[in-house]
Amino acid sequence: MVAGLSYLDWNATAPLRPEATAAVAHALTLNGNPSSVHRAGREARRLLERARADVAALLGAAADEVVFTGGGTEANALALQTFPARRILVSAIEHDSVLANAPDAARIPATRDGLVDLGALERLLTADRRPALVSLMFANNETGAIQPVAEAARIAHAHGALFHCDAVQGAGKQPIDFRRLGCDLMTVSAHKLGGPMGVGALVIAGGLDAAPLIRGGGQERGRRAGTENLPGICGFGAAALSVAAGMAAWGAVDALRARAEARLAAIAPDAVVYAAAAARLPNTICVAMPGVPAATQVMALDLAGVMVSAGAACSSGKVRRSHVLDAMGVAERDAECAIRISLGWSTTAAEIDHLVDAWGALYARTRASAA
Amino acid sequence: MTAAVARRLNAMPVYLDYHATTPCDPRVVEAMLPWFTEKFGNPHSLTHAYGREAEQAVEQARAQLADLVGADPREIVFTSGATEANNMAVKGAARFHRQFGKDGIVTLVTEHKCVLESARAMECDGCRVAILPVDRDGLVDLDRLTRAIDDKTAIVSVMAAHNEIGVIQPIKEIAALAHAKGALFHTDAAQAVGKVALNVADLGVDLMSISGHKVYGPKGIGALYLRRRPRARIEPLFDGGGQERGMRSGTLPVPLIVGLGQAAVLAKAEMAGEAQRLLALRARFLAGLRAKVPDVVLNGDAERRLPGNLNVSFPGATAVDLIAACPGLALSTGSACTAAEVEPSYVLRALGVGDDLAAASLRIGLGRFTTATEVDFAVDTLAAAVLWLRAREPVTSAAAGIT
Repeated sequence: MVAGLSYLDWNATAPLRPEATAAVAHALTLNGNPSSVHRAGREARRLLERARADVAALLGAAADEVVFTGGGTEANALALQTFPARRILVSAIEHDSVLANAPDAARIPATRDGLVDLGALERLLTADRRPALVSLMFANNETGAIQPVAEAARIAHAHGALFHCDAVQGAGKQPIDFRRLGCDLMTVSAHKLGGPMGVGALVIAGGLDAAPLIRGGGQERGRRAGTENLPGICGFGAAALSVAAGMAAWGAVDALRARAEARLAAIAPDAVVYAAAAARLPNTICVAMPGVPAATQVMALDLAGVMVSAGAACSSGKVRRSHVLDAMGVAERDAECAIRISLGWSTTAAEIDHLVDAWGALYARTRASAA
Repeated sequence: MTAAVARRLNAMPVYLDYHATTPCDPRVVEAMLPWFTEKFGNPHSLTHAYGREAEQAVEQARAQLADLVGADPREIVFTSGATEANNMAVKGAARFHRQFGKDGIVTLVTEHKCVLESARAMECDGCRVAILPVDRDGLVDLDRLTRAIDDKTAIVSVMAAHNEIGVIQPIKEIAALAHAKGALFHTDAAQAVGKVALNVADLGVDLMSISGHKVYGPKGIGALYLRRRPRARIEPLFDGGGQERGMRSGTLPVPLIVGLGQAAVLAKAEMAGEAQRLLALRARFLAGLRAKVPDVVLNGDAERRLPGNLNVSFPGATAVDLIAACPGLALSTGSACTAAEVEPSYVLRALGVGDDLAAASLRIGLGRFTTATEVDFAVDTLAAAVLWLRAREPVTSAAAGIT
């Protein structure tokens, strides 16, 4: 990282873990298409299958349940389009890549704490008994709120529905067990957990017959065609192995997060941390500085060398009001003042102090000009 | 055993499978590496410096790739590879234009599986699909194509240069035929881009698929050229954050895109010289084979062909046996996607090659790092293997391809 800059936007993308960098750099020097039968191809295939096993192990899935894709968005699209006969229910706080790929889905409301409303899920499934697919994220990308996935999966299955979990933000930050959670489908992305961009995976429970989104050469056992992104997949595998071994390090991140939130609250008694009552990912803070638009805050922090975001990093780059906070019932004027601060395994206390000082300076300036 | 053979015993096999994948050029790797490490920002995170720096790198690479094919940078949509781009073009065009009564897809029997499978998926969805035969040299029959396209055809898809037999189709003529009936024209140019000069404006192409790893760039990245004027309208394959002007959602993989951009720069600078060098190496390869195995058969048109491609049949020696007998060579029988299949290539069958001769065929791909020494070694090794296999088993008339 560059001196004087503090990167606190880990939920947008995380830097590569050193093990992943080494795996990518090695794989880039190899030449072989994993589908080729000659020696170069066989070596590529061997690395591909090792990475598949490492990703599966991180998620408590079997290796042959892991289908590599071009990223989390494609994996979500595959999960939601693969059972066209089923009606779809998604929580109102899902990522755009879920919401946009299921435009006709019923929306399961969320509580003020940022959690899916399980009672509402039960009612929606009872009211319409057609075969369904329920999609709920493991943890919210904006607030970090960890969703009641196991309970939601139980409810879904009790109604004969399939259950998909978008675990893009949770994977690598919390222990996740595909089978124990009761998932039928699970999405993960490499670059959110210290692997490279351009690769993700959909875990498809053994026995489920999923129709492909991308057809062709029959790679990934016919579930996703296209020459495998070998360096990307090797980096993904190495990152998965590394985060699985380093899960304990999140305790220190949690402590840094607590320190940040305590200091922000001390500076600004009117600041609001969203989903604070819920169990959250150890790295995520969604905080509003009332009266100061998020765009102003991220710009001021950027000038001070602190990198955060005003929500999900997607297409427009524009700062728009968060559909997540909307679904939680946060008033528009407060939601417009919320920013997302997200930490990672290499975040330092100095970076947290940098953030707090810059945020505090902006707060003091705005309150002085208001007075 | 010759000295050349002895020297190679412990080395990696000579790579002659440049159509399956190309090595990532070391200059491409060098350009990519910083974007894997210190410059790791999400290009859609425009609220901070790391994100903006990543976005600039993406836009520079977009311009580099556009420059290689004569496109406007805004016409380049990055995808995970050519397979995704082909799915997007064929399905996306059919899905979009069906609402206006255009439900036809016209393509060739020799297309890559991802085009054929996309067309068949749309056929199951109610589209009309025409899959046309080709001539014995692998080229499209323009008269037959003319008859197959009607005013309800949504898209015509024909590969620019073939992945197995290397033949280069008359893209400009095909595009004109499609446009005469108001259809879009798509070309899968995964094998052609960076190998032969292609200019989308001159050719009149509406959509064109590009692959990174076939042009000495990384795997996991490709692009779809999508014409702006007049606009080629298609539906995206999937939705999400709305990246790539809504045509392809998902975080753009910055290092891979930087790599593809660098690969495009290198291809543009070196394509002409490389083509001359490969033509000479290929001539040397074929002449060497013909001198030692006079009845070797070349599949596909001899002239209108990728400089680095050979597809040859050896009567009396099956490809499977040949590959097993030549561990020092990395060869294939055809598309890597189907390399594990025992069936003879559907492409060679479409050319009218008999099953026995098709089963005796090898695809030989020469490329940027192929040397004359490697060619000589490969010729010696292959010819010796053919002669040995023939001596082992008496040649029957069927095995000799006389059917």
